[in-house]
Amino acid sequence: MKRLLILGGGTAGTMAANRLRKRLDRAEWEITVVDQNEAHVYQPGNLFVPFGIYEPNDLVKPRRRFLPEGVELVLGEIDRVEPEDNRVVLADERVLAYDYLIIATGTSPRPDQTPGMLGPQWRKSIHEFYTLEGATALADTLADWQGGRMVVHIVDMPIKCPVAPLEFTFLADAFFTERAMRDRVELVFVTPLDGAFTKPIASKHLGGILEERGVSLESDFMVERIDADAKTLVSFDEREVPFDLLVTIPLNMGADYVARSGLGDDLNYVPVDKQTLLAKGYDNIFALGDASDIPTSKAGSVAHFSIELFEDNFISHIHGRPMTKLFDGHANCFIESGHGKGMLIDFNYDTEPLPGKYPLPGFGPFSLLRESEANHWGKMTFRWVYWNLLLTGKEMPFEPLMSMAGKEVEVHA
Amino acid sequence: MTTATINGSEVHVDAEGFLTDYDEWTEELAQVLAANIGIELTDEHWDVIRFLREDFPRQGETATIRRTSTVGGFDTKRLFVLFPKKPAKKMAYIAGLPKPRGCV
Ligand SMILES: Cc1cc2nc3c(=O)[nH]c(=O)nc-3n(C[C@H](O)[C@H](O)[C@H](O)COP(=O)(O)OP(=O)(O)OC[C@H]3O[C@@H](n4cnc5c(N)ncnc54)[C@H](O)[C@@H]3O)c2cc1C
Repeated sequence: MKRLLILGGGTAGTMAANRLRKRLDRAEWEITVVDQNEAHVYQPGNLFVPFGIYEPNDLVKPRRRFLPEGVELVLGEIDRVEPEDNRVVLADERVLAYDYLIIATGTSPRPDQTPGMLGPQWRKSIHEFYTLEGATALADTLADWQGGRMVVHIVDMPIKCPVAPLEFTFLADAFFTERAMRDRVELVFVTPLDGAFTKPIASKHLGGILEERGVSLESDFMVERIDADAKTLVSFDEREVPFDLLVTIPLNMGADYVARSGLGDDLNYVPVDKQTLLAKGYDNIFALGDASDIPTSKAGSVAHFSIELFEDNFISHIHGRPMTKLFDGHANCFIESGHGKGMLIDFNYDTEPLPGKYPLPGFGPFSLLRESEANHWGKMTFRWVYWNLLLTGKEMPFEPLMSMAGKEVEVHA
Repeated sequence: MTTATINGSEVHVDAEGFLTDYDEWTEELAQVLAANIGIELTDEHWDVIRFLREDFPRQGETATIRRTSTVGGFDTKRLFVLFPKKPAKKMAYIAGLPKPRGCV
């Protein structure tokens, strides 16, 4: 019997387990998934919790429900991988041997990495919404906040769902407007980037919306520390941004055991070949989802597109054949922009987000880089799609590789 | 891709003026690139530039500020003094390397 061991039963680990269980002979292959807990959180929903649009309970389901029969779920914290012995050791010293290993333990916010973030003001005037606990605490604070200076802040890139901080800002503007208190709130967006977003054309579109909504932008800001008493962000070049309410995206890092096992870079991401997701220097370790260092967004859509190709590659690889389904970094993210509208961006390693229509050229129904109600409904429907189609590997009407059809390309004369 | 003539030699650059060929860089060129953005190179600057140059072929990409600090051992605050405002970009520019990613 051979064993495929999957570390992490989140978005990527669950999808991989479902797809590979259908492809690997049950008499020959055992599939085991390890996760530290039983609660699978629909993370994109965290964005809506602070504004009371979703309740925390709407977003959590038991992991086991999304794993097919014939896949074993082991609950326990991973302590380390010992790649030279092809085994994984859990914190309680249980040992799991493997023939092939998939690392899918994602990335998580690390408030401990910025001096002054954790302390008496944590979850009082200093909040985050990347975890469900954080989003829930922020909902409590916002429910009776009287206004003041709200600062939305990114510590450093990369972060998962890099558009989420912008979406949060748009939703906050809409939330305060609907509560007739927008005039009592000053909104500031603070980023280490030189504009609203990472890529130039999208950055211009999104920066334009920030301006329209009266949000001021503080760019090139690398935070050194937070002075919680003075309620101020302090940058390495000694700029100061005061706040009454801070909503920060803490540094995102891969799991610590990845570093302990000698498998990570300086942010605990596993260096992989960006087209096949095979870990560099290993022949039987892959990293899927947010856990790898591929240069595209850390997003559920990326996990989905890449795993659709990975599935075939994995089968080829175990039979000693070359992997031919090469991933292009395709990412596709809905951007909620408030007031019942949204935008959509679609891009890959080489092509930045462009305006246009998706997935059908000229028709859509979704509009790229422009606000529309259809985009908003796309985003809200996604929760159902996630639980019912995506995780269990059912057919979806989107192609894994990016297409230029429907995109508007500016031709420079 | 375009070429530019810097200090009498023709080199390949991208739209923002970053060198695109690792091997076209020289120490003399670095002096000129630094001067272009108003920086006069001291020994302290050179230590950082040399770290970036050595790290690039190993990693296949330009070190971020975080990596320059955690792996290279340079103090982040000093990097902001040496290469004011946009250290990641400025360091890469002078070292003749692509703009660091980290931004996806
Ligand atoms: C606020 C927010 C909004 C988002 N919005 C979108 C969106 O609109 N669209 C989109 O495509 N994506 C979005 N994302 C990103 C998306 O949720 C992630 O990219 C996706 O979940 C990544 O899947 P993953 O399997 O790599 O990681 P995860 O789903 O995070 O799974 C990792 C798993 O590993 C487990 N684990 C970690 N360390 C250990 C350990 N030491 N021992 C045992 N188990 C461990 C964890 O418990 C977890 O279950 C959003 C994320 C956030 C936070």
